[in-house]
Amino acid sequence: MSQFAINLLFVGGSFLLYILIAVWAKAGSTSDFYVAGGGVHPVTNGMAIGADWMSAASFISMAGLIAAGGYANSTFLMGWTGGYVLLAMLLAPYLRKFGKFTVPEFIGDRYYSPNARLVAVICLIVASVTYVIGQMAGAGVAFSRFLEVEATNGLMIAAVVVFIYAVLGGMKGITYTQVAQYCVLIIAYTIPAVFISLQLTGNPIPMFGMFSTHTESGLPLLEKLNMVVTDLGFREYTADIDNKLNMVLFTLSLMIGTAGLPHVIIRFFTVPKVADARWSGGWALVFIALLYLTAPAVASMARLNLMTTIYPEGTAAQPIEYDARPAWIATWEETGLIKFEDKNNDGRIQVYNDGNADFAATAAERGWEGNELSVNNDILVLANPEIANLPGWVIGLIAAGGLAAALSTAAGLLLAISSAVSHDLIKGRINPNITDKGELLAARISMAVAIVVATWLGANPPGFAAQVVALAFGIAAASLFPALMMGIFSKRVNNIGATLGMLSGLIFTLVYIFIYKGWFFIPGTNNLPDTAEFWVLGISPLSIGAVGALVNFAVAFGVSKVTAEPPVEIQELVESVRYPRGAGSAQDH
Amino acid sequence: MSGHSYDAENYWKANLRLIFGSLIIWALVSYGFAILLRPMLAGIPVGGTDLGFWFAQQGSILTFIALIFFYAWRMNKIDEQFGVHEE
Repeated sequence: MSQFAINLLFVGGSFLLYILIAVWAKAGSTSDFYVAGGGVHPVTNGMAIGADWMSAASFISMAGLIAAGGYANSTFLMGWTGGYVLLAMLLAPYLRKFGKFTVPEFIGDRYYSPNARLVAVICLIVASVTYVIGQMAGAGVAFSRFLEVEATNGLMIAAVVVFIYAVLGGMKGITYTQVAQYCVLIIAYTIPAVFISLQLTGNPIPMFGMFSTHTESGLPLLEKLNMVVTDLGFREYTADIDNKLNMVLFTLSLMIGTAGLPHVIIRFFTVPKVADARWSGGWALVFIALLYLTAPAVASMARLNLMTTIYPEGTAAQPIEYDARPAWIATWEETGLIKFEDKNNDGRIQVYNDGNADFAATAAERGWEGNELSVNNDILVLANPEIANLPGWVIGLIAAGGLAAALSTAAGLLLAISSAVSHDLIKGRINPNITDKGELLAARISMAVAIVVATWLGANPPGFAAQVVALAFGIAAASLFPALMMGIFSKRVNNIGATLGMLSGLIFTLVYIFIYKGWFFIPGTNNLPDTAEFWVLGISPLSIGAVGALVNFAVAFGVSKVTAEPPVEIQELVESVRYPRGAGSAQDH
Repeated sequence: MSGHSYDAENYWKANLRLIFGSLIIWALVSYGFAILLRPMLAGIPVGGTDLGFWFAQQGSILTFIALIFFYAWRMNKIDEQFGVHEE
């Protein structure tokens, strides 16, 4: 069977499974559509949160980022997991007790202000739309590489599948497809990792293999990797970094942002009890950690594998000839994600750090005239099975896994967007007397429109699509998280304080990002170059969300202090979300 | 509500104490061991590198999992103790 047929079998088989689940889990009411009827078991929910959370970026890009950055990019590992501690302790159980359908609804009720609710809706939509574009585009790339179709056509196929299960089943359909997608993606991610770990260290568990001995050299794997990369002028893989303030703030922004992302929070509304919301957080992190603990091992091993592929006789000897390159390099060259340029015309592939002035003399001595191979970070995971010479079915599995990661996150985001439109805008502002049936129809139509818009944006990504970390996490951290947390932990913060707090956190964060990245991300409109020497106190625009959150807290408390206390019934509402008894299932008013 | 208010207040305080303690550990393993205190832990070798690196790429995540399960278990007990648990 050809590789194409194998890929088609795996991807087609997984899609068929998702559609069968959709038919089985059809939504019959708004409660089904928004919160899957509220009866999801915490372990099931944990698995669904895992798929909801782990996007194309986690599956495809994260290991590549860590491979390139080494220790410095541990921020992603800690940031994208540590947020679950905040969620499980500071938000999820109380929002579950509140028992409504959407995140803006809590903000609107708690701050007795339709305007606060509207600000929350806008934040939710901007963050989620930015996020969903990357998922759709990621699905398109995976399709074009593995199924040899145009990226745009691949995108269409993905959109149709999401359409079927999300429009039909809402949260109910999404929950159970996410469980299936989690299984597909975690198997796809770990199998190649296990084989590579076995090949390099003899240890089948990647998270242990990474810290054990590299069989071939007899040295600890990370020590070997440090030697290889420093021989070629790169920074030591495990080297510590100087700008710790920025590292702390970036990690904190990712954590707070994670906790404030609506598509993750609403998954906690689907469990029957407050206690289940707490357990869900733990289970979610267990399932997420299976991938996140493996990713750093994949990163270090793939980096070492890549270097030993290029320098088979060791870094002191000649690199391989271009004509003798392995087949996977040739395959990925076709996609443009690997590029080779023979700068010194010696027919060999030199890979080294040509930006390192201290290494220039060594390079000149060896007759090297620049780094000749550029490898896109994103291919590391996708090419892993080929790099390790694994059988064809593993490649098919990776294709299905990458698509599962992209589609499950896209569906979660689309639900967050469509429920904000149908529940917070249509029912909340335009037609409060809409019937349950009418609202369900409105929710389905909103979902359909959201999918069409997301697909179009995925095919024609606007400039801001690449700014998921800055925009989605920045907004969630600076505006939504503080408003939600204060709504639970303070009885004193009032409507004016919260609204101004959200707006100032949001504006502060966006302005700082725009100054360095261009106004509304239009190239050339930035006021200062986006490099470390121009950042205030060395804080990168990606790390500013945590400071924005601080601004939000400060403004909200300050303004609330000098304005009227919230009404008694609001203080009672805050009181009631703090105590689990009497939660009932999530429902409408 | 008034009859319960004294107990309710203590329940909330117990929750806040538990959160506070958990978040100190949360910050210690990530911002502490993995970032700011890494140079101090540099002397402790772990498989070819140092303890700080291990916390940055493995240990912090494992600690987060333990923290959430501990919080959920402890909080469910506290719910029962104060009689605010769900039937």
